[in-house]
Amino acid sequence: MRRVALFLVVALVLGLGAFPLGPAIAQSPAPSAQAPGAPLKPAPVAPPAGAQAVSEDTVHDVAAQLRCVVCQSLSVADSPSEIAHQMKDIIRERLAAGETPEQVRAYFVEKYGTWILLAPPRQGFNLLVWVVPFVAIGLGLVLVFVVLRRWSRRPASTAPAPTLDPAMRARIRREISEGER
Amino acid sequence: MSRASSLLRWMIPLAVVPVLALLAYGFRTDPREIPSPLVGKPASLFTLTAFDGTPVALASLRGRVVVVNFWASWCYPACYEEAPSLERAWKAYKDRGLVMVGVNYQDKDEPARRFLSQFGHSFPNAPDQGSRVSVDYGVYGVPETYFIDRKGRVRFKQVGPVSDQLLKEQIERLLAEAA
Repeated sequence: MRRVALFLVVALVLGLGAFPLGPAIAQSPAPSAQAPGAPLKPAPVAPPAGAQAVSEDTVHDVAAQLRCVVCQSLSVADSPSEIAHQMKDIIRERLAAGETPEQVRAYFVEKYGTWILLAPPRQGFNLLVWVVPFVAIGLGLVLVFVVLRRWSRRPASTAPAPTLDPAMRARIRREISEGER
Repeated sequence: MSRASSLLRWMIPLAVVPVLALLAYGFRTDPREIPSPLVGKPASLFTLTAFDGTPVALASLRGRVVVVNFWASWCYPACYEEAPSLERAWKAYKDRGLVMVGVNYQDKDEPARRFLSQFGHSFPNAPDQGSRVSVDYGVYGVPETYFIDRKGRVRFKQVGPVSDQLLKEQIERLLAEAA
């Protein structure tokens, strides 16, 4: 009985450790209404004259770090919604105007707060989200190790095995063989 | 029973306490409520072209109290609930220098125009092509309403529909301030 309880607690600790706390804490809001899905727009073929050539990889890189504002847990890069496409256009424009990916990211953070970032910045209270899962996994492993060692060291039971009266033994045999049929 | 095992026996149930504390904290906060980092900061300037073709420029509105409302015709029922209140507030305060601008978010031209005529909006409303203005204001859904003071700073952001009471409070507070 006690072993079962111990095991449950260990499993709980391990489970919590492995659970991605980050996304659970920083949940995205439900939009009051979902923006109607837009047909895929082709990316501009050529950048406007005078602008820097922008690699779509860089646009995707920045977009993948930003939360789509009308979605639940989707990045701007992954969302097919119209606002996500428009945000990608904004990213592309800003990169073309000579901003670095960090500056583009900072622009969105300035407007939406760190909420817009899919990965919470590793500082302050947010550190908890980054550290706690690993600490919990570590503690869980230590606990499992200690408990297992204790169980394996426990001397074999010295109490004599309870004796069975022959009638009971015969009945068990009979019922097992019936069950196998 | 050894000391170590009795310690373990207490530590395991106690491990639940921080988890419960975290859950208690987490379930009391509203994950949908995200404070805008823009409150207290200068409002982004924008120039849009209203549905009737007239330009709407925020830069030319310094020294006046401005209400910027983001809406869409597909945003039912919230945008439909607040629309009459916005028009009432506009009528009540325009003579005292209030400026009200409606920004149409992620919408199509025809239903947006139908929405405006349905509520008889007489303040300027403009579509936001490419959502440039909406992203500049950190809009993540409609309706959202921003109250800008005479110095051009965002002073309050309302997520969800505005009521007559809220409009009155915010507008009168900002109108009472000196430029």
